Amino acid sequence: MKLNGETVTLTEETTLVSFLENNGYSSNKIAVELNGDIIPRSRYASVILTDADKLEVVCFVGGG
Amino acid sequence: MLFTEEEWKQQLVARCGEEVASKIQQAQVAVAGLGGLGSNIATMLVRMGVEHLILIDFDRVDFSNLHRQQYFAEQIGVYKTEALAENLRCINPYIKLKLCCERVSEEKLPQLFADADIICEAFDKPQAKAMLVNGVLEYFPGKVIVAASGMAGLGDGNLIKARKLNKRLYLCGDGVSDCETTSVHAARVTLCAAQQAHLVQRIILGLEG
Repeated sequence: MKLNGETVTLTEETTLVSFLENNGYSSNKIAVELNGDIIPRSRYASVILTDADKLEVVCFVGGG
Repeated sequence: MLFTEEEWKQQLVARCGEEVASKIQQAQVAVAGLGGLGSNIATMLVRMGVEHLILIDFDRVDFSNLHRQQYFAEQIGVYKTEALAENLRCINPYIKLKLCCERVSEEKLPQLFADADIICEAFDKPQAKAMLVNGVLEYFPGKVIVAASGMAGLGDGNLIKARKLNKRLYLCGDGVSDCETTSVHAARVTLCAAQQAHLVQRIILGLEG
């Protein structure tokens, strides 16, 4: 699977929310694009990731 | 009056041509957050010829804002929407502004942003940035959002980039410099604001594809 352009290995199928938690992302500070589509936060728990997926996670930091 | 509305328009036409001037003048841009990013973005957009702006911020001008935000000493205590409107009208008195002195929440997105073609995300909190970006992408399929993340500190200014993430989402900043851990400074914040304002102009003119 690709995460922000880098290859990562999924040892098993996992939900998007679990993957995000395991990789240190805070669900309320990110935007997620899976295979070109933005995934609403309400669907993070129901989307299942597979090894063929391309995931882009934008993590916002404070300032403005 | 120092100049008429027609004279302002003719100056824009002389600078960029009739077609470009027309596109800029008809564009509707929302600026969400009127702090270091938003006040600078709005100022540049007005100077560039944008006339229809939706300005959104719940807060008042504070003494601590003056070092990077487009407000003046005598405006301390004034609502940012009002103070910025006054400042922008000193540049072009003929701008058409919608002022929203309120906090943005997911429920309010339709009413606040319905009229905007392009939305500038200029909040300070990462949670608010995420809420607005996700909300615009989910609920407004025809609108574009130009967001910002990472412009604090005194690191290399060349790291303040403008990136197109997809057809409707652009992201400016260095992506990492967080104001919670590092202080913010006028020039570096304005670099990010300028990247956003420049992108808005390019999007209006169809230069971003």
